[in-house]
Amino acid sequence: MKLKSIQETLNAEVLTGKEFLEKEVKAAFGCDLMSDVLAFVKEDTILLTGLVNPQVIRTAEMIDVYAIVFVRGKKPSQQVLDMAKERDILLMTTDHILYNACGILYSHGLKGLDLEEGAIV
Amino acid sequence: MSKDNIGLNLEYEVLRNDFTKAGEASSNIKKILTQLGINSSIIRRIAIATYEAEMNIAIHSLGGCITVNVTPKEINIVALDNGPGIEDIELAMQEGYSTAPNSVRELGFGAGMGLSNMKRCSDKFKITSQKGKNTRVNMIIYI
Ligand SMILES: Nc1ncnc2c1ncn2[C@@H]1O[C@H](COP(=O)(O)OP(=O)(O)O)[C@@H](O)[C@H]1O
Ligand SMILES: [Mg+2]
Repeated sequence: MKLKSIQETLNAEVLTGKEFLEKEVKAAFGCDLMSDVLAFVKEDTILLTGLVNPQVIRTAEMIDVYAIVFVRGKKPSQQVLDMAKERDILLMTTDHILYNACGILYSHGLKGLDLEEGAIV
Repeated sequence: MSKDNIGLNLEYEVLRNDFTKAGEASSNIKKILTQLGINSSIIRRIAIATYEAEMNIAIHSLGGCITVNVTPKEINIVALDNGPGIEDIELAMQEGYSTAPNSVRELGFGAGMGLSNMKRCSDKFKITSQKGKNTRVNMIIYI
């Protein structure tokens, strides 16, 4: 699914990285536990989370996540926005809560990760 | 420089409770390994391992350092801190076990998956610790 369609579907506001809206992801992962994100997220996955601290950007950087959706209308600090910009990570925020945001994307055809295939390593 | 003729030693200090800077060492290590042209899935494993190690030093210890030795054959990572050490390593290794305070959980850490993530990402994993002394994690990843 294109990041642009995700933005439209979730009625989300892009906070940084507009130039990457044409990029495409294969799956989504919704989680507030960064170790789980590190353990399970594979390539071309968009992260949905309620956390907006610098560690979310760091975590994304480690596993090459290039798009993050903040839920419940959360917006990070300028420092976090700058960190994302430096790393070419697109950030958007939606008013939906995590459960609903994930459900909406799922019903539009964006699947979750298949753990049967194993974690990334 | 390419990965076929490297002999590189990197060293980073990790401060206690500094959650703005925490991750900078891992970020730097990842950048350097990318420049060396190392395979991206191997870099991912190293990034996860060093980042979890860095967070553990920042969260659970009094501070410490991470050293990375790069050779044409392998990446050798040592995370060494200044204490307070781990009383029961077997317990600490269990998935879900964590002594992280709430302030750390609010950052998204403290789910008790860090050490097992580090082990899973490494080809060789060794943790040694003594209560009242320090903790040393050694991870080797073949390239
Ligand atoms: N460097 C360290 N110094 C002291 N204790 C540690 C260290 N690393 C890990 N621990 C202990 O091991 C537990 C499990 O670590 P980990 O699996 O990384 O989970 P988490 O960091 O989420 O608590 C920690 O909660 C802590 O009690
Ligand atoms: Mg940890």
